[in-house]
This record gives sequence, C-alpha cells and structure tokens, in this order.
Amino acid sequence: MSDRDPKVRFEKVTKTYGTLQVLDSLDFHADNGEVVTVIGPSGSGKTTVLRVLMTLEDIQSGVIYIDGEPLNKMSRGGRLVPASKAHVRRIRAKIGMVFQNFNLFPHMTALQNCIEAPVHGKGVAKGQATTEALELLDMVGLADKRDHYPSQLSGGQQQRVAIARTLAMRPEILLFDEPTSALDPEMVGEVLNVIRDLARSGRYTILLVTHQMGFAREVSDRVCFFDGGRILEEGAPRDLLGDPRNERTRQFLSKVLEAR
Amino acid sequence: MDWRWDFTFDVVLPQLWAAAGITVYATVVSFLLALVGGLVLMTLKVSKNPVVSFVAGEFIEFIRSTPLLVQIFFLFFVLPEFGITLPPLTTGILAIALYNSSLCAEVYRAGLLAIPRGQYEAAVALNMSPRHAFRRVIMPQSLPPIVPALGNYLIAIFKETPLLSFVAVGEIMHASKLIGSEYYRFTEAITIAGIFFLVMSLVSAQLVRAVEQYVNRSILH
Repeated sequence: MSDRDPKVRFEKVTKTYGTLQVLDSLDFHADNGEVVTVIGPSGSGKTTVLRVLMTLEDIQSGVIYIDGEPLNKMSRGGRLVPASKAHVRRIRAKIGMVFQNFNLFPHMTALQNCIEAPVHGKGVAKGQATTEALELLDMVGLADKRDHYPSQLSGGQQQRVAIARTLAMRPEILLFDEPTSALDPEMVGEVLNVIRDLARSGRYTILLVTHQMGFAREVSDRVCFFDGGRILEEGAPRDLLGDPRNERTRQFLSKVLEAR
Repeated sequence: MDWRWDFTFDVVLPQLWAAAGITVYATVVSFLLALVGGLVLMTLKVSKNPVVSFVAGEFIEFIRSTPLLVQIFFLFFVLPEFGITLPPLTTGILAIALYNSSLCAEVYRAGLLAIPRGQYEAAVALNMSPRHAFRRVIMPQSLPPIVPALGNYLIAIFKETPLLSFVAVGEIMHASKLIGSEYYRFTEAITIAGIFFLVMSLVSAQLVRAVEQYVNRSILH
C-alpha cells in the first residue's frame, strides 16, 4: 500500500439484480480514518455499497480496492483475474460490519459471540481472546452482561455486543448498516454513543448508512447523497446537510427532516 | 375369545423374542443409514451444479412418491435380473433406508432454511470460513427443529419393518404369521406382536423426547 491509496476505493462498480441496476458504475472512496456517512432514499443503493464491500453480494463489473489491493479481483501476471476465496478472505479480514438486525448468534452468550471468530477462525488463544473481548464489552458498557444470551438483552444491548464482536476481529474498516433503525427510540442514544467514540478515536475508517441526520452531521467527515445507484452530491456535513446544491438532495432532506 | 397361556409362553414368546431382535436390528441400521443418506441427498440437492441438484431433487421426489412396499419388491425381485442378488434382510434394510433418506433430506433442508440469512451474513462479516460457519453457527441452530422430526422417522421406520415380512425376512410379523399358519392359531402371536410394537414405540418416543430435551438444553436458551 502506498500512502496515496485511499483505504477504500470503488472503481466503476456496477451491481444489478436482474434488470434493476443498484450500483451504476460507481466511483467512491474513503480515506484512512475518514468517517463517511451515506444517505439517500430507499433503493438508492446506499446499503448495497456496504454489502458489496463486505462481499455479501457479488458485483457485475468494476473493482473494489482496499489499501490499493483489489478485493474482488487479484493480480496475476500483471492482469486482474477474479479473486480466489483465499484472496477474498485475506483482504476481507480488514473489514467488519454491524447490521441493522444485530445478527448475534442466539446460541452463544455475549462473550462467546465475541470470541467465536477470533478463537475458531483466526486461531487466537482462548485466554487472550477472552481478555480482549471483556475489554471490548466493558468499552460498550456491557461487561456485566458477558454471560447473557442475546434473547436476554435489549435491542440496544444486542447492538452494542454486535459492535464489540465486530471489533474483536480487529478490523480497520467499519461498516454500519442502519445500526439504530431496528431499535426502540430510547435505545438509539446508547448505540450512537459507542459509534461516536469509535468515530472520534480516528482508528477506523467508517462507512455509516443512517437516517439519523443530526448524528451524521456530528460525526462525519463527509456525507454522500446516493440516488439511483450513484453519488448525486457529496461534501462536508455542514454544507451538504445545511445547504444542499442538488434539487434531489434538497427534496430528500426536507422529507427526512419533516418526518422527525 | 380363545386365548391359551401355555401356547403363548411355550411357543409364541420364544419365537417372537428371537424375531424381535431382527426387527430392532433392521430399524436401527435403516435409521442410521437414512440419517447419513439424507445428508448426502440434501447436499446434492442444494448443490450449485444445476444438473446435480435437479437429478437429486427428482430422485427424492420419485422415492417419496412411490410406496415403500413397491420399492422393497423392486429391490428384491428386479435387482437379481441385473445380476445383483442380496439377502432379504439386506435388501429390506436398503429399501427402508433409501426411502427414509429422501424424507430425512427434506427435514435437513427445512432445518437449514429456518436459519435466518443474517446468521450467514454475520459469519461472512466475521470472516469465518464456510466450514467454520456451518459447524459452529448454522448446524447448532438447525438441530433443535431437526431432532424431533428425525425422531418421528425412527418410530415410523420401526413400524415399517413388518413390510419386510413380504420378502420373507424373519422379523416379528413374519414370525407371527408363521406361528399362525403352523398351529392354526393367530390370536396369541399377532396380539403379542402388536403389544411389542406398542411398547417399543412408547419407549422410543420417550427416548426421542429425552434427546430432544438434551439438545434444546445444550443449544437453545
């Protein structure tokens, strides 16, 4: 990786479901340590950006680069060929994702959720993984819930465990896919507080899809407005959210802010 | 009713006792083969290769749509035409195992389909290998719905074994019929065979329930 390479770069990425074009030759990037919020109407492709980056979905064309290295391709003899599974897993190790519906493993306690992938996937010693996981659970304020199963936790608590679980894999890029959309209003704050701390730490490159405009304005370095699988407008949160240039952005924001 | 206790104890019980062993043996071996066979069929059916998946799906459908007795007869009378001659008990066990494999395959598939997509996605996001995800995340969650269904098939197989009497396997039903035709007395032998099935079914049901509770206790909370 050279210093000039952005942490994440999409190069003409196209994704279609049948005839529906979700990402339309998208160029996008996020620099190391940058916090980028992605907003847009439903169906605009904003969540798809995170999903293709996490390799949950294939793309039809284009290349995604992490630290200058292709993720969905690999270089062989100077040419880019489709990536092998081993290559994808090696690059993907830098990325972690937090889901709208938490997706905790229901048959494991909070602690077991956090150490499962480090111990059985990465081969970290169980004692060390446990120590690290407990620190992370403490960081999200749930050290006392270590032996609770997801069904015994509130939505906000589950999402905080999910964040700890993601961090336990030591990712460099964090993807948050509408992390508070499934929560009761009184639990949104506790999750946003955790994300705010992560954003301010500067240790992670963060891509955040959210409808929490106030929060986006507060933590983001840059906001991108998506529509029709493209970035219609992007800029500093104050500019884009405060004084959008594009008519579509204006319409979207006025609707979102009206609804609040 | 004309029931003779001396006949029951001297003739019926000793002969049926030996035959009951064959019934239990056929049940257990068929069930174990069906568990493995079902896994194989399910794996083939969810294969990404469309030809493999199609053939496996049609095979399962074919097996499920024809009576077990016809399949037993087919294996017993038609296979020898192709030069494959198997002992009656082996033939019968194979037929029952094959039939129940296709049923078990559907049970496994339903168990896997019940796992929310988010679980697979979380496994990918945690960079787990497919093998790791299946072994530690997917399989433990699919067992609780699968186990009771498989338990029902164990009991069903047990009750299917009398079909083997049609190809002269010396299981308990066959033994009862032999006693009946030898002594011209059916009441005792058929009644004892019925009681045997009743008792064994009740015992098996308890066993299945115990396994079910064990699985639920150790996996679900």
